[in-house]
Amino acid sequence: MCLAIPTKVLTLDGNVATVDVQGVQARVRLDALGEEVRIGDYLLVHAGFAIRRLDPQDAAETLALFDELFALDPQGAPPPEGAGS
Amino acid sequence: MSAGVLTPPSGPTFHLRDPDRARALGDLIRRYAPPYPVRIVHVCGTHEMAIAQHGLRSLLPGGVEVLEGPGCPVCVTPTVDLDRAAKLAAAGAVLCTFGDMTRVPGTRVTLAEARAQGADVRVVLSAADAVDVARSLPDRDVVFFAVGFETTAPGTAAVLLDSPPPNFYVLSSHRLIPPALGALLSGPPAPIAGFLAPGHVSTIIGARAYRFVAERYHVPVVVAGFEPLDILYAIALLLRQLREGRAEVENAYPRAVSEDGNLHAQALLARAFVPCDAVWRGIGLISSSGLRIREELAHLDAEREFPVPAEPGEEKPPGCLCSEVLLARAVPAECPLFRNGCTPLSPVGPCMVGSEGACNVWYRYGGRPDL
Ligand code: SF4
Repeated sequence: MCLAIPTKVLTLDGNVATVDVQGVQARVRLDALGEEVRIGDYLLVHAGFAIRRLDPQDAAETLALFDELFALDPQGAPPPEGAGS
Repeated sequence: MSAGVLTPPSGPTFHLRDPDRARALGDLIRRYAPPYPVRIVHVCGTHEMAIAQHGLRSLLPGGVEVLEGPGCPVCVTPTVDLDRAAKLAAAGAVLCTFGDMTRVPGTRVTLAEARAQGADVRVVLSAADAVDVARSLPDRDVVFFAVGFETTAPGTAAVLLDSPPPNFYVLSSHRLIPPALGALLSGPPAPIAGFLAPGHVSTIIGARAYRFVAERYHVPVVVAGFEPLDILYAIALLLRQLREGRAEVENAYPRAVSEDGNLHAQALLARAFVPCDAVWRGIGLISSSGLRIREELAHLDAEREFPVPAEPGEEKPPGCLCSEVLLARAVPAECPLFRNGCTPLSPVGPCMVGSEGACNVWYRYGGRPDL
């Protein structure tokens, strides 16, 4: 129920954005967001309302966090070869 | 609801699924696991789905259990509220609500059964859709039966504050997660070693909302995302805290959760609602765990506008172990009715109805894979 999904903003019209969800267009309200939105931004959307802007860069940073933990614990499994995909 | 939904087709990937890192995190989890059994509780149906769907329990050592507590809004909605909604619909209102709500047993009927008996019950995907229904039917009273946690409530607040049409009302059955965590810890001793906090509730309320759990109860909390690696990472952090004797709030989902959360959404919630004591099905009354519509917006409050005498409902069907499941004291497989009289097609208790209910998820994906 609290599932929220990343969507991409296609067009903007006041407090409503049209977003792309897996090739399907949906209308999303922006009034719970409190951030400025531009076309091309990614939004985390739940039950028709955007709840946060997502920075695609942050997914890579999350992977870096995992690797940090591996590095902190050298006895733990080190990040394997070719990781980073 | 499929996992694939998490990745927009042509956009950057939001998937975090590489098997090498999963294995590495599994190794860390095994190393951090203490020599005694630990029970970790999450409170989010979406977590349960990810855990079950990806078989993450198979990566945990035998002594580490992860249970879903009261993480399914549909499951915890009390029969009193369901009965009130059914009565409003029977009295002629158009009742709009989220899909699963129509199949949850109330004291007498489900909302789907009420619809079969002639009531106008409609499924909506958003509070905004319910407002559209009200606009399209100006001669009818339209009631949005609002359920959900902090992730969902800002949408309800937004429509309440956006001058909805005069025939639109909200029946608020929203519930708040932090008071439920407190309740799980202050009841009869439930051996909870730590919490995985729900990522998208936390997007709204921020990681700081759980500090009281660490400070008052000395129980660690890790905010977790929903990709398999997110969950494994959060479990690793939690076990590391236990091993080091720490009880802190750690944020393992910083790409969607900040320390303070979505302050704008919090302000909407504060303008539309006041916290109130509220009953959770299977658990009972938890203080300040519900959201009541503010006095200033009383004209939009279905509870005030259409008072319906609330009867004490039957919270728990006979033989159903839902309370124990919701209190994270039992897993679905421990219920004698699980798969054996209680199935998604003919559910006995609410946990089998909600697609995020532990029993429903375990039925569909198997909870504890045998590997
Ligand atoms: S399996 Fe059915 S009866 Fe048993 S706890 Fe779950 S919902 Fe209740």
